[in-house]
Amino acid sequence: MKPAPFAYVRAESFEHALDVLAEHGDDALVLAGGQSLVPMLNLRLVQPAVVLDINALHALSTIDTHAEGGLRLGALVRHREIAIHPVIATRAPLLRAAAPWIAHPAVRHRGTLGGSLALGDPAAEWPACAVALDATIRLASRARGERCVAASAFFQGLYQSDRRADELLVGCEFPRASDDSVFFFRELARRHGDYASVGLAVSARGRPGAWQDLRLVFFGVGDTPVSATACSAALIAGDAFADAQTRLEAELEPRADLWFSAPAKRHLAVQLLRDAWRDLGNPIGGT
Amino acid sequence: MSRAPDTPEATDSRAGAIGRPTVRTEAWRFVTGAGAYVDDLPAHRLLHAAFLRSPVAHGSIVKLDLAPALQMEGVVAAYDGEALAAHCQPVRGLLAHLPDMQVARQWPLARGRVRWVGEPVAIVIAESRALAEDAAQAIAFEWTDLPPLVDAGAALQPDAPLLHEELDSNLMFSATVATANVEQAFAQAASVVELALRSERVTPMALEPRGILAQWDASQNRLTVHMGTQVPWMMQAVFANVLGIGQDQVRVVATDTGGSFGSKIHCYGDESAVAVAARLVGRPIRYVVDRLEAFVSDVHARGHEATVRAAVDADGRLTAFAVDDLCGAGAFSIYPRGSVNESRHVLGLTGACYQATEYRARIRVALQTKAIYGQYRGVGHPLACLFTEAAVDAAARRLGMDPLAFRRRNLLPDDAYPHRAPSGARFERLSLCACLDELARLMDYDRLRADQRERAADHARGAHQGVYRGIGLAVFVENSNHSSSNYGRGGAPIASRDGAMVRLTQGGGIQCAVGLTDSGQGVTTAMAQIAADAVGASIADVRVLMGDTEHTPVSGGNWGSRGTGISGEALWQAGIALRAQLVEAASALHACSPDALELVEGAFLRRDDQACVCTLQALAEAIYFRPERFPRGFQPEPAAQRHYAQTEYDGIYTNGASASWVEVDTRTGFIKVLGHWIVDDCGTVINPLLLDEQLRGAAVQGIGQALFEGCLYGDQGELRNATLADYLVPMAAEMPDIHVGHVTTPTATSALGAKGGAEAGVTGALASVVNAINDALAPLDAQVLELPVTPERVLRAIGAIRSPAS
Repeated sequence: MKPAPFAYVRAESFEHALDVLAEHGDDALVLAGGQSLVPMLNLRLVQPAVVLDINALHALSTIDTHAEGGLRLGALVRHREIAIHPVIATRAPLLRAAAPWIAHPAVRHRGTLGGSLALGDPAAEWPACAVALDATIRLASRARGERCVAASAFFQGLYQSDRRADELLVGCEFPRASDDSVFFFRELARRHGDYASVGLAVSARGRPGAWQDLRLVFFGVGDTPVSATACSAALIAGDAFADAQTRLEAELEPRADLWFSAPAKRHLAVQLLRDAWRDLGNPIGGT
Repeated sequence: MSRAPDTPEATDSRAGAIGRPTVRTEAWRFVTGAGAYVDDLPAHRLLHAAFLRSPVAHGSIVKLDLAPALQMEGVVAAYDGEALAAHCQPVRGLLAHLPDMQVARQWPLARGRVRWVGEPVAIVIAESRALAEDAAQAIAFEWTDLPPLVDAGAALQPDAPLLHEELDSNLMFSATVATANVEQAFAQAASVVELALRSERVTPMALEPRGILAQWDASQNRLTVHMGTQVPWMMQAVFANVLGIGQDQVRVVATDTGGSFGSKIHCYGDESAVAVAARLVGRPIRYVVDRLEAFVSDVHARGHEATVRAAVDADGRLTAFAVDDLCGAGAFSIYPRGSVNESRHVLGLTGACYQATEYRARIRVALQTKAIYGQYRGVGHPLACLFTEAAVDAAARRLGMDPLAFRRRNLLPDDAYPHRAPSGARFERLSLCACLDELARLMDYDRLRADQRERAADHARGAHQGVYRGIGLAVFVENSNHSSSNYGRGGAPIASRDGAMVRLTQGGGIQCAVGLTDSGQGVTTAMAQIAADAVGASIADVRVLMGDTEHTPVSGGNWGSRGTGISGEALWQAGIALRAQLVEAASALHACSPDALELVEGAFLRRDDQACVCTLQALAEAIYFRPERFPRGFQPEPAAQRHYAQTEYDGIYTNGASASWVEVDTRTGFIKVLGHWIVDDCGTVINPLLLDEQLRGAAVQGIGQALFEGCLYGDQGELRNATLADYLVPMAAEMPDIHVGHVTTPTATSALGAKGGAEAGVTGALASVVNAINDALAPLDAQVLELPVTPERVLRAIGAIRSPAS
């Protein structure tokens, strides 16, 4: 289990990294925490010409809690740092809630926010949280400089994103939670630390009976994080839970995985919705 | 039971290493990283191997061009099946004493046809593993597809394509047994339950994959193989047969081994190819299987489908069992043990713990285009237990009887031995009822039942909605201390007589040699304890050599819970003999009668006043450096060797009982194991610490198979989950506390009295977990009889999601 031959390039500077991506494009893969990339290399699922190691770009490791609009996290921020950071816990409690669900401690110490977002595994935690929080993903390239993409527009398909071949994902901005913000995060996995069979990240403002901006983002049920907009609209409108459930069942089109059929995933998504709705203080009505 | 004078109980209790919970003497070496696995061994001018493996389940080889690989830098050699065939012999995993078993010849590398995804097709030898893998990828390999045989039942249909042209059909083996009145028993039963059970195939998954370092010494015409193995002596014969050389031209050294569980007792084509290639290239070659390869090349096990029936009379007594079992065992029968033993355990042991006297069984083993079957910890015992105990629970439920009380009514009583089961299996002496009683006490059965009733009351009040708890019991037997009745008689080169050598070193220590290997289970320490007590030495002064065909006695190796019972007995006898020789020497040295001295923890004490006349060290000094101090003409003998084979029964059955306490969340189908208990009777316990941990580890493997594990094949015979991300091994966070208890019934077939304990933990676990789940689901009138019991299967069973149209 050895990777196919590749050239290893350690980025000496931000500009150097962008130069390498400009030159090699799709032939280069970026090494951040390596928790997904290295197994993929060893399994020869990917055989890049160049592996660009960005770990020396310390500027990408910063957590800026004073950024305009909320939190600005660099691409190299490790899952573990998000899990323990006291300011993140108060300004973006959803991230704090989600972090312990990511794999195991060893992976959380190495794996990065940027790596997880750039890979966009449909069962991973950060992409769903980014969509639920309406985060903004920052990308940089030599040709076009820096640009920002809404997380909801970033994830486009199975391991497909809006990141272009010459772009480096440099960070992610999360809006600051307001006083009436509430969150919910839960996933169903066969074993602790596994990717979610089905997961749900919820961000909302308001209170029972007066919700606004209710974002229900399911993961592990499609090619990307899935926003259940019809279900959310029904709940905001005060429809009966059963009606919202029907909407959810209609708008989810889960893909079966090794251990769960599509109907089972849809069923589990409904259970998570039920848990979330109850957890946020809402009555469910007859079960 | 009367004990011979030289049994552990009868010898001086002051030594007392046997029965003491002793930390592994070798643990320090491992935790400090000083272990030496195959991948750690240095070798001069070392080469590395990689394999091209079949990506398809069934195909005809059209083109296999090694030239692109051979042209690559760093590549020393490459061989396909045809090239290698000129230098080796095929093997056949046939047990010759089994009528109707048919087995095709198997070469190290595929010839003409590939028959499973992962079958080795070509070997590349290069200066590094990475270069070898690059080159293997460059081989031009073309094939035409043949229809895959994925389903075992379909493979047995008359119109199914033949997997091996040299065979009559795809039926590797079938057998039946029936008692005279079995049909009557079912016809006259007050109640008959029938269950259809199915278990997914699994694979043993040792932490350290298989590995081999092979060197050919042309000057001596000798092959030396270092490998992680459970069976160095068997592998000596295997490599000799493959290379067509004499057994004494092969040396096999078992290195430190990171887990085995039955995966390292077989002849694998890749390992054979490495040995042959090492001879051809004349340089040492190392090959360590990577995890992906392990999934498709290590033995698989325990995928069965069975229909089980049990008959009960009006008094709630089991009168008959019947089982019809089908197993798809892969593309070949594994050499040299054969791939039919699981099924034979099902045939021999279903219902065997109970008083039912009537029995019918049929087993069928099919060839198919999947990885080859072999023995995995417990082999067929967990299946026989699952089939039996699921039926027993179903019968108790049908009768409205408590499953504990139902078992107590029907189990073989503890005073009815020796016993011959309706299948013909013979039990020396079991303690089924005592184990079940101890289990009920240990788990506080009544308290758990009360908890379950409280839960039901909570449900009625609207609390804990959807969460159900259940208790599952299982009673089991497990074979150990095997005679030659299977392998020796079947022509497999696996010793059933083990040797042990013990000697006094010049420094006064005790050095022993046995042919076992240690895969991390701690048998090294168990051997040291046995030797210490047998000789009368302190365990700190005992050193144990193992697993080298050049320096240790012949042994069948570590499998089937036989190591401690067989090699341990040989070591015990050798130690007893050495003790007598040393006492004689010491008495000669000190001019007293041998009867006047005893040897206790390395000191020779006068029996009358317990004064120390000399130590082992002083005796050794006299024996080796000062022979003149002994009486004229007296030659002390500071070494002893003994051999032992168990010849009275096919095997000495151990027995036990296990219980699981689970919680099923019917909203999600997720299952949590809240507690697990095992009570085991493996006779004399050498090291309770190691035994308990072996029982726990084995239970985890059983719980893993019950809930998580499964090799999932697609329609085209491709293994869909060949990574540790997708094949779910049980992890610590999902495991409950596992409580262990013991009943001790030493075997009378040896002085030591030890039976095996390595597999018992897994044997009951499948059944107790499945029974607990179905106990929990009983209020919903639902059951799951398919392993692993996944959330999806639970949701379908309770109707939360619809089953696929069928």
